[in-house]
Amino acid sequence: MSDSARAIPDVAPAISDHPPVNDWVHDFDHTDPRWTENPYPIWDELRAASPVVHTDRFLGCYMPTTYEAVKEIAYDTTHFSSRRVIVRDVRPEIVNTAPPITSDPPEHKPAKQLLLPPFTPDAMKKLEPRVRAICNELIDEFIADGRCDAAARYTKHIPVRAIAHMLGIPQKDSDLFIKWIHEILELGIKDDATMMRAVHEMTGYFHGHIEARKQNPTDDLITTMMNARDKNGQPLSDGHVLGSLRLLLIAGIDTTWSAIGASLWHLAKTPADRDRLIAEPELMPTAIEELLRAYAPVTMAREVMKDTVISGCPVKHDNMVLLSFPAANRDPAVFPDADKVVLDRKENRHVAFGLGIHRCVGSNLARMEMTVAIEEWLKRIPDFRLDPAGQVRWSEGTVRGPRQLPVLFGKSA
Amino acid sequence: MSGKLRIHVDQDKCQGHARCKALAPELFELDEFGNAHEVGDGSVPAGLEDKAWLAKSNCPEIAIEVTEE
Repeated sequence: MSDSARAIPDVAPAISDHPPVNDWVHDFDHTDPRWTENPYPIWDELRAASPVVHTDRFLGCYMPTTYEAVKEIAYDTTHFSSRRVIVRDVRPEIVNTAPPITSDPPEHKPAKQLLLPPFTPDAMKKLEPRVRAICNELIDEFIADGRCDAAARYTKHIPVRAIAHMLGIPQKDSDLFIKWIHEILELGIKDDATMMRAVHEMTGYFHGHIEARKQNPTDDLITTMMNARDKNGQPLSDGHVLGSLRLLLIAGIDTTWSAIGASLWHLAKTPADRDRLIAEPELMPTAIEELLRAYAPVTMAREVMKDTVISGCPVKHDNMVLLSFPAANRDPAVFPDADKVVLDRKENRHVAFGLGIHRCVGSNLARMEMTVAIEEWLKRIPDFRLDPAGQVRWSEGTVRGPRQLPVLFGKSA
Repeated sequence: MSGKLRIHVDQDKCQGHARCKALAPELFELDEFGNAHEVGDGSVPAGLEDKAWLAKSNCPEIAIEVTEE
């Protein structure tokens, strides 16, 4: 079924203090409740109007609507800076960085290279048994109930436990991490004080863990960052270490939570795809890429540093750019049947993890977690469906995925 | 018909998505940063031609060149 054709369910709109949008093409707003609920028809409308659209909201912001325009901007680090990676109501002075995601060339490459080795596919293979165990521990807690909120009881906990394991921080602090992420990525779009407080709390949290490791070194990512050296052989600044640790925690959690959740949402309402994955497990890698394409959770941002032209459209400095990789993935000029999930899609240059130098450092972790989470769920709960009495609720803003996903187990009566 | 295939990963373009390694592990290897390189001199053994084309058509960065010799 096409998502564009999907009727918008009767869900109470999320709280938004922005005026409602009446003209998407000239006044778009990615925090509007209709965008949060079902952005795909909105993106189709924007793409039909222009490869680049603009809104005066967010102090001025463009959005590339085609795969080609997204690609041009992602590759152009001269006119587009990553120093701000979230489109927000305000643009305060930059005091906290999170290298390498907020870095531009030439600082970007050395900062990124420090983080790449722990996230290679081979490194992820070593973590896989732990993730498989996490998934089964979670399923054990609710399988006897015959139903669950798959977002609150399952998808939410898998990435947070995995990254806590990698960083070497206690799994029991997960609720704290999830609170910070909500405050930074969702509330922070409109509420600067809440965002700054969350960043401050995270910094204090990691500072404590760094101090503890000075006495008792451990084998984890925090220690790796503490021991890292820059190109001159010097230790990284405290600001760099803390910024990268904040990035690993923020970027590794609600993103994959969203991707697993959207995949389960799709499978809950698409029994044919569920049955096919069970019958043809060898299809899983291709299917995961297709689910990533169709339900890519992450939209990034850039800041326009100099006037330029993108896909024939003038782009002026001092504006932000809503860099929607999810919208690029729905461009019918690149993907035939772009609004259909085709589990065996053969050619799939999706950009769920971005394009160019800022390719998601955790992409191999995310893929492994998605694969394991869906495999283990299907092994134990091969039949499930959306609870007709429940409501699916999606997150607002930069990372889109189900935050409430009530499902019933077993075949429908 | 077609001759022997040779593949090459452009290191200026590869960003380590690792899609090629997943699709054609016989033809690509990853370095310590997760960036891809062709195995050996890049010549594609008989029977693996489809995998070479598949890897090329799934690379988001268009970093893989396939040439017919």
